[in-house]
Amino acid sequence: MGLLSDPNRRKALTNLLTRLNAPICMVCYLAAIVWFMGLAFEPFTLRTYMSENAMGSTMVEERFSSGERALSLAKEFDAHKTKAGGMPVEWLVKAMQARGLEVFTQSFSRKLPFPDENKERYMVRGTNVYGILRAPRAPRTEALVITAPCSPGNSNNQAVGLLLALAQYFRNQIFWAKDIIFLVNEHDLIGMQAWLEGYHHTNITGMEYSPLQGRAGSIQAALSLELSSDVITSLDLILEGLNGQLPNLDLANLFYAFCQKLGVLCTIQGKLQRNDWDTAEGYTHAAQTMMLMVLKQACGRSWGDHGLFLRYHIEAASIRGINGFRHYKMDVATIGRLLEGMVRKLNNLLERLHQSYFFYLLPSLSRFVSIGYYMPAFGLLAVILLLRALDLWVNLGAPALEAVDGVTEAEQPSGPGVLTVLTPVVISHLTGVALYLLPVHLQEMAVEHFPVSETEAVVLTAVAIYTAGLALPHNTQRLLSGEGTEQGWKVLKLTALLYLAVLLGCTALINFSLGFVLAVTLVPITASMTPHMPKALSALAMVLLSPAFTILYCVFIYQELIEAPVSVSEGWMLFLSVISQGILDHALYGSLVYPLLALFVYPCWLMFWNILFWS
Amino acid sequence: MAAHRCGLSLVCILIFSTPAPAPARDQFQEELVIRPLHSGDIYASFQFRTLWDTDFLQERQKKVSHYRLFPKSLGQVLSKFSVRELHISFTQGFWRTMQWGQPFIPSPPGAELWVWFHHTVSDVDGNWKELTNVLSGIFCASLNFIDMTNTVQPSASFKPLGLGNATDHRFLRYATLPREIVCTENLTPWKKLLPCGSKAGLAVLMKSEKLFHSSFHSQAVHIRPICQDEQCTSKAWELRQTLNVVFDHYTSGQGKKEWSLFKMFSRTLTEACPLASSSKVYVDITDNPELSPATHLLSRAVVLGDRRTYSVYDLTRAETFGQLRSFNLLLRWKGDNMLRPLLHAERYVAGFGLQTGEIHTVIYNNHPYRAFPVLLMDSVPWYLQLYVHTLTVTSKSRDNKPSYIHYQPAKDRHRPHLLEMLIQLPPHSMTEVTVQFERALLKWTEYTPDPNHGFYVGSSVVSALVPSMVAMSTNFTQDQPLFSSFVPVKEESSYFVRVYTEPLLVNLPTPDFSMPYNVICLTCTVVAVGYGSFYNLLTRTFQVDEPSPPLAKRLANFIRRIRGVPLLA
Repeated sequence: MGLLSDPNRRKALTNLLTRLNAPICMVCYLAAIVWFMGLAFEPFTLRTYMSENAMGSTMVEERFSSGERALSLAKEFDAHKTKAGGMPVEWLVKAMQARGLEVFTQSFSRKLPFPDENKERYMVRGTNVYGILRAPRAPRTEALVITAPCSPGNSNNQAVGLLLALAQYFRNQIFWAKDIIFLVNEHDLIGMQAWLEGYHHTNITGMEYSPLQGRAGSIQAALSLELSSDVITSLDLILEGLNGQLPNLDLANLFYAFCQKLGVLCTIQGKLQRNDWDTAEGYTHAAQTMMLMVLKQACGRSWGDHGLFLRYHIEAASIRGINGFRHYKMDVATIGRLLEGMVRKLNNLLERLHQSYFFYLLPSLSRFVSIGYYMPAFGLLAVILLLRALDLWVNLGAPALEAVDGVTEAEQPSGPGVLTVLTPVVISHLTGVALYLLPVHLQEMAVEHFPVSETEAVVLTAVAIYTAGLALPHNTQRLLSGEGTEQGWKVLKLTALLYLAVLLGCTALINFSLGFVLAVTLVPITASMTPHMPKALSALAMVLLSPAFTILYCVFIYQELIEAPVSVSEGWMLFLSVISQGILDHALYGSLVYPLLALFVYPCWLMFWNILFWS
Repeated sequence: MAAHRCGLSLVCILIFSTPAPAPARDQFQEELVIRPLHSGDIYASFQFRTLWDTDFLQERQKKVSHYRLFPKSLGQVLSKFSVRELHISFTQGFWRTMQWGQPFIPSPPGAELWVWFHHTVSDVDGNWKELTNVLSGIFCASLNFIDMTNTVQPSASFKPLGLGNATDHRFLRYATLPREIVCTENLTPWKKLLPCGSKAGLAVLMKSEKLFHSSFHSQAVHIRPICQDEQCTSKAWELRQTLNVVFDHYTSGQGKKEWSLFKMFSRTLTEACPLASSSKVYVDITDNPELSPATHLLSRAVVLGDRRTYSVYDLTRAETFGQLRSFNLLLRWKGDNMLRPLLHAERYVAGFGLQTGEIHTVIYNNHPYRAFPVLLMDSVPWYLQLYVHTLTVTSKSRDNKPSYIHYQPAKDRHRPHLLEMLIQLPPHSMTEVTVQFERALLKWTEYTPDPNHGFYVGSSVVSALVPSMVAMSTNFTQDQPLFSSFVPVKEESSYFVRVYTEPLLVNLPTPDFSMPYNVICLTCTVVAVGYGSFYNLLTRTFQVDEPSPPLAKRLANFIRRIRGVPLLA
């Protein structure tokens, strides 16, 4: 640090940094991308391992064999479901009671802010049924949860059948140390949210539900089971939860360990594992898997029923049966054994899962990238912003630098006008607030005046406000404080750069993927933006790298990665539905991506837009 | 019945009493009650009662050194620590009131100990501390973990059950250890307190592998002073040892509601304990189960507010054992009607995150038309910092103001919160008591070895006089004369019930103990780099450097210094 306290050497260092600023930034950006892509390269990643002692060494034997019973229960459930035209509550209650569980029901209702066109629902009314298997000689302090959603149509009946068969088998065992809750939830995530809020007696999202009658203490872990097809060839593990939260890596390790033990084909992101890491195909495969995880995590929604548990500090994962690989067919009993093994090991836990990583990326089920490895990729991007800020700072202070030292020069730049900086900042943020509030609140008005449905009204209002924001700030700024000065935009840019750095930094700490995706698109254009560039060209570049276009690119990339490429118009429709889903996720489950983008990222981007049109 | 018992105890005395000047008339009774439960499970409750006609608290100068049936280890403890009354229970599992109804002797999960000391004791806390340590040795349990941070002095919930109407709760100590695990090592010392041990009598049924293969297991010791005779001229000590087990019909019965003594305990009875003045097996036959062998001896009683009928098997008679010289009871029943206990309580933690939370205690009054008051006692460890201003009591969505509140705030690291309230429960209602808390950040040495498991909060205790079912029923089908049933009998109109809620498991903010090395390295680096350079900048005085003079000038100055001439500027 003597380096900085010596004015001469400090000057030399800042000179170096300002002179070489642009090349250093370029190198950093390239290095960040290369580093990130390198994460999927197998020699750079670590092999997964079980950290939790209680789950690692204890031997568990799986004896579940009532696969036939599970299938017949599934058929029965199907028949009753069609008869009842929804959740066969009475039959389920009877079926669970007959298996020696304590059975309770919870009814809930929820009016969506606007109709959900993907799932075709608006007024949602439903009932959750759950049965508690009381562990012998346990004082009702700990519990495990197994859930199976009761979905419309004839999908997922097998999961409910298997759930009931497992309940019957588990009830006859005596080794349980934790109560086990078997939950069948209606209306997938909405029912799950109602149940979790009821269990923890909170109300975050304005759900209406009847209070729960039976509880079993603090829930330690949860597994959600979805068997979408009658023929199951492989099991897919889904980890991404609400707001990009992930369960402890040990849960994934547990799943992988049992898949290995039982010889079950297992995938993550629907992709099998490959052993040829040294070939180009092998690497691409791993990179695709990791990119899918990054995109899924970045969008901040819950990708299965498990995702809502994570808020309550309950480690949870969804297991989804897939019919995708011919030649491998597994029977229900095998899936039952897999679940039995996992639940038994979770039952052995002394403490909550906490030993392994909570922040990781998975290029395959057996390899992981921990936070220590992926954070530098983001750090390199954040450094660019800081370097540019330093450059501006030095630039601004340059005339005053001949004064003695750092203390006085700090007051110099803010001299020209707090108002010059404050006005665009405030106006951008007001636009952000409008983007956050208006779409949902103005839907009725929009529906009256335009021939669109509510959902379209909301999405199109959002798009309209977003576009209108582009016209707004630089005009008002001129009105308020007259001609902008050279110093004015520099101060504004300095503020905006630091703001963006802090914003992205905080986002990346919570949800690395979101922070990184935003940084990749926002950093290059914001770092290089000045009012002296050719207006039309740079305006085009800025719009093409704005947050909304980032979402659009993500949609296309995602479709490409799951091998279902879409045309431009289809992509546009998907883009619109992604926006409506984002707003719905925020209203229904409290996902934070939409408010983050509307209230912070978009205003921040508008500030740079403002600089471009500074005059 | 009574005459018979007296006669038998006389025989006992004749046989076993020593020719001492004042013959001690100790007595021992044993009893097993079997009750088929509505859920299909079966409830077996053992009670062993030892009476000891000595009153050493009055004559303290005279040390008692002669013991017959009363266990010496306990007698010595009683006299050394001047204990008036002692209740200790070890429970593994949770009594499911909603499925099983009320137990004969309720107890919370884990260990519970409450003691009334004699009013002559000056240092109650000291005695309590020593007593818990001694008991911990006697019962092989971790009672030594009872200290001032989990001991409370309830003002109203725990009254002495024996003689004397002591009300000064300064002499009462109450503590629970919800985490205590009960196993065979606790059962063995408990069995050794019995006069016959597990060699004869009902205690032969207590095989650990069966007792701990059950849904619920609770063993307890209750000691209290009682009257020796009806005039109550002198006192006697009563030691009651109880053991309650609930067997799960589902896991071991394959769904059939059929039980036998052998199936339950993998033993049959062959004889009564020779030291016992009475040794009986009662079977609850109110719901008409099939019994074999049948007995004509019946006993009717009002138990927990309900009229019950019992078949009685007297083990002191030879004919009970039949020709095989072994008594195995077979029980087959159907009854499936769900009974709703009149009083029922549960508790849970609401909210999420590691900063705050809310404790909800829900008390149900299922009586269709009678309101009754209950005493709720909550003892919460200090690391949950209660916000008492958030305390609310609501019944039927209306505010319910407790008529009595006793609250003792916690002191960090010294004593727990104690909250006692008298709440009136409206008929057929659900009353919810909520209080918010903040989770404290402990010092790093205060965490338990497995801190991510969570911290336990003991059960809250609901004590009440519940209006009895007998008084409730107006339609008497039993052979009761009409004149006896118009006005409900006073002593049968309500009964005392204590309900324990489940304990809570609460997670506190826990540091990542697995990375102390990383933390140390990081902290040291931050301190060294950050603090060091900052300090450097603050203390250093800055001066503008003179550019160093050219070589020629320096050479000239050197020569000038040698010559002693003033230097060049």
